[in-house]
Amino acid sequence: MSILILAEHDGKHIKQSTRQAVTAANAWQLPIHVLVAGAQSAAIAQQAAEIAGVAKVLHADAAQFEHPLAEDVSVLLAQLGRDYKVILSAHTAFSKSVLPRVAAVLDVAMVSDVISITAPSTYVRPIYAGNVLSTVESSDTIQVVTIRATSFAVPAAGGNAEVVTVTAPATSGLSRWIKEDRNVSDRPELSSARVVVSGGRSLAERFDELLAPLAHKFGGALGATRACVDAGFAPNDIQVGQTGTIVAPELYFAIGISGAMQHLAGMKDSKIIVAINHDPDAPIFQHADYGLVANLFDAVPELTAALNN
Amino acid sequence: MKVLVAVKHVVDYNIKPRVKPDGSDVDIAGVKMGINPFDEIAVEEAIRLKERGVATEVVAVTIGKANSQDTLRHALAMGVDKAVLIQTDVEVQPLAVAKLLKSLVEREQPQLIILGKQAIDDDLGQTGQMLAALINAGQGTFASVIDVKAGEIEVTREIDGGTDVVALKLPAVVTTDLRLNEPRFIKLPNLMMAKKKPIETINAADLGLDISPRLKQLKAADPEPRKPGIKVANVAELVEKLRLAEVL
Repeated sequence: MSILILAEHDGKHIKQSTRQAVTAANAWQLPIHVLVAGAQSAAIAQQAAEIAGVAKVLHADAAQFEHPLAEDVSVLLAQLGRDYKVILSAHTAFSKSVLPRVAAVLDVAMVSDVISITAPSTYVRPIYAGNVLSTVESSDTIQVVTIRATSFAVPAAGGNAEVVTVTAPATSGLSRWIKEDRNVSDRPELSSARVVVSGGRSLAERFDELLAPLAHKFGGALGATRACVDAGFAPNDIQVGQTGTIVAPELYFAIGISGAMQHLAGMKDSKIIVAINHDPDAPIFQHADYGLVANLFDAVPELTAALNN
Repeated sequence: MKVLVAVKHVVDYNIKPRVKPDGSDVDIAGVKMGINPFDEIAVEEAIRLKERGVATEVVAVTIGKANSQDTLRHALAMGVDKAVLIQTDVEVQPLAVAKLLKSLVEREQPQLIILGKQAIDDDLGQTGQMLAALINAGQGTFASVIDVKAGEIEVTREIDGGTDVVALKLPAVVTTDLRLNEPRFIKLPNLMMAKKKPIETINAADLGLDISPRLKQLKAADPEPRKPGIKVANVAELVEKLRLAEVL
């Protein structure tokens, strides 16, 4: 019996979260296979083959996978997955859409957003927005699991797995891709950035002006609270929190962020948290390694300047 | 077009959950409960579709113990036409919920089924997609905009790093994200009226489905607290500390 990981990619590159899923899969000590579904995707299959620890890459190359739809990918994954002990992926928008369909078709439970695997079928996962850690055991013969990527290390390159072609089933015809609108920026991906600089609503129109130069200093990503996004000061896709992106960078700046439960759920596993807030009683200070009570509009430019030296 | 909305009765989002002393589960005895916020957005969207003349009837369903009725009353007060409780004392997990919903979908024949993208208690986020697979329908997960057209629906989805738009054949399943809408405030008279409206109760056991739990919780625990941090006096001291921590 082996493990099948559903790879995620952007048409050119394998996502880092897929590599982290390979690390998670090591817990079973079984051969690890990776499924790459894409169009003109030989190069991506090759990248998967080069992840250390991968034994085999299943490559489904078909025009319909130029924009892989959950309805189509799930049919392929359920077909292949019947012969596996574990079907695994990172807990991303893509896999969250695909894996529950696979589990339903196979009539097995799914375990979402796992942060630790303690035995062949026992998992630790956050519930109640990360306020409680639940240890669950699955009794099903096929385990369908998504993992929280930030909880698992990025494996080394240096693998040399064989790539075998698998046939994609016909499209389901249930859904059609129309368009996508991804925010292009030269900053790293929020979920995997080493440094994240996040701001709250109080930054208002000066959100970018104040935070972008600081993020730039570190080659870091920008994040925002839900309130800041809802007020229109920052785009949706950089929301950090329970309902946004969950991050665990080495260094997290919470700037003008009060520390609502919702937000903490998305960043409290960061290695070092720096909070800058004018309110000395803001709850964020209870979660910060280093807290600075100061006017943001003075302190942030001063910090950015100090890092120049 | 008939719309089915699935709602879950959960611990109120303002309550910080507490683990039982024996570490077996979260203690929800006597804790304030309410409609799952994502499901409230689903109800709101369905009602707006009806107000715009797109939907003809909105049916709300919940699955659980008798007290889940409170959440159906909330949906009735918001304006759904009909409420159904599939009653069971078994702990229903997403696969079981999807199977039970499928049986109601077969009876009610809705063109659109709207659910929250996840429940804020177990945070699993699976039910809508599982239901879509079981009824062989298309799905629009994490919806921030929906647009019903002739025979299909366009859904704008919040995905990692932006949004995409998919068109789904009807019937279809949509799961809601936060920015789909802002649910209306319920006026007191509506709440009073909702208390008098009938709720149809179906005994889950009568449906003859395997709804036994597949996941067993072995333990619930508080996360490890962070070690307390320090306050720094100024930017210079902050930079100094970060240098010492070797993150600069």
